[in-house]
Amino acid sequence: MIKVSSDKKWQGALYSLVLVIVIWQALSWLLKLPIIPSPFAVLINIIQIFAAKMEIHLLYSLGRIMGGIALSILLGVPLGFLMGYFNRVDKVLSPLVYFTYPVPKIALLPIIMLLFGLGEASKLIMIVLIIIFQIIITSRDAVKGIPQEIFRSLQSLGASRLQVFKEVIIPASLADVLTATRLALGTAVSILFFTETFGTQYGMGYFIMDAWMRVNYLDMYAGIVILSLMGFCLFTVIDITERHISSWR
Amino acid sequence: MIEIKDLVVKYRRKNEETPVLDNININIGTGDIYTFIGPSGCGKSTLLHVLSGILKDYTGSVRIDGHAIDPKTQRIGLILQNYGLLPWKNVYHNTMLGVKIKNDQQVLDEYGRYILQQLGIDSLLDRFPKELSGGQQQRVAIARAFILKPDLLLMDEPFSALDAISREELQDLFLKIWKENNVTTAFVTHSVDEALYLGSKIVVFSSAPGRILEVVDNSCFQLDNLRFRDEYYDMCMNLRKILDKG
Ligand SMILES: Nc1ncnc2c1ncn2[C@@H]1O[C@H](COP(=O)(O)OP(=O)(O)O)[C@@H](O)[C@H]1O
Ligand SMILES: [Mg+2]
Repeated sequence: MIKVSSDKKWQGALYSLVLVIVIWQALSWLLKLPIIPSPFAVLINIIQIFAAKMEIHLLYSLGRIMGGIALSILLGVPLGFLMGYFNRVDKVLSPLVYFTYPVPKIALLPIIMLLFGLGEASKLIMIVLIIIFQIIITSRDAVKGIPQEIFRSLQSLGASRLQVFKEVIIPASLADVLTATRLALGTAVSILFFTETFGTQYGMGYFIMDAWMRVNYLDMYAGIVILSLMGFCLFTVIDITERHISSWR
Repeated sequence: MIEIKDLVVKYRRKNEETPVLDNININIGTGDIYTFIGPSGCGKSTLLHVLSGILKDYTGSVRIDGHAIDPKTQRIGLILQNYGLLPWKNVYHNTMLGVKIKNDQQVLDEYGRYILQQLGIDSLLDRFPKELSGGQQQRVAIARAFILKPDLLLMDEPFSALDAISREELQDLFLKIWKENNVTTAFVTHSVDEALYLGSKIVVFSSAPGRILEVVDNSCFQLDNLRFRDEYYDMCMNLRKILDKG
């Protein structure tokens, strides 16, 4: 069953890729505008400039987004676990999480920049702000959703708190945490792009905006394609890991 | 030796208190098998939850070999009515759970393999619980408890999901393992036949809130060809009468 659905996913991905290329090509033929170059010209451009001009920017962006994800999981998962496991912690923190959850985090960017400057810290904090709430809430709910019966098995064995976390809480919620991360990824990449348009000379956001300023549309498109590919790859890696560790479901 | 004195359990819901077990007094000698029988909802599972240290909100005293219940120091093999398997662990890791937590043992030893093979689940080791039938899940739960080599074995209707033939097979397997290890056992069942076949004493509960109606000395315990004997038939009738009165 899992195999069939993953095959379908790949077919879907391939299908949409072909579709995007076809529509893009059609538009560029129809409109004949310099702002819509042909996808093949862009592809050739990527091949020509990637190693020399783009790789460093991609590495910066990748580093920022992966750092943001790692930090969000490192901070958000334990917090969510504590809220799920100890009712008292939940009572104190839940209102805080729920109150701040719907605030559009991008609106906080000016404050973050005033407090933490234009450098790496602000960029990381913005990404964490986008992802972490989803992760906190998901890991809390995952813990709360574990049936009592399962805790009982461990209780009757005299398991320590640490063993309960290792044997029950982490495996029960890991897949859900990855799902939350995957779902938050789209927004996180947008925010990354946005924060990379100032205060840095590295990153795909910078590369794209710089190409735009230089009216080099081929480079600009190359940047957009690479940034999208990066998002897609991260998405896929999380998706595969998720499916691998949740084969028991 | 398990000593239960004046045990009362109430479940609190909102502001209401519902009594579930009412003044239970009983001693289970070391190495004995007691079967517990009674109508559903009379608190049999609740009693096992108390004995396994899961339920701590009770009055009265429960002592195992003179000590208060403490799953950390005692070896309690518990087979829950709903099996209590971990859905993210395959059969192998589910059966290992007990010895992993108690002994920090990481691989199945010879005895473990013997138990798995006796229970007929040695070919299912990499399956997850959702890929097993109810009866197979039950066998995994039984394997986990047996492999632990517990000092106290608590079994909550452990053969209920099995067909009649496998049930009798497993009853015999259980008696065999019990004879080898002489483990003190509290065995909950809703079957009169099973209560008679496995229990040296049979504790009969009233309907809710559960009281002990009678502790019956089982004169047919461990007799050969039990099920074909007159004594067995008489005891059955006797038990049914006691159950009907409650
Ligand atoms: N966690 C609980 N909260 C409230 N009531 C419960 C709980 N668990 C069991 N009960 C109630 O206690 C009574 C005894 O349950 P149980 O011990 O499972 O009975 P049995 O195993 O004999 O069928 C039932 O009426 C049941 O509804
Ligand atoms: Mg029950």
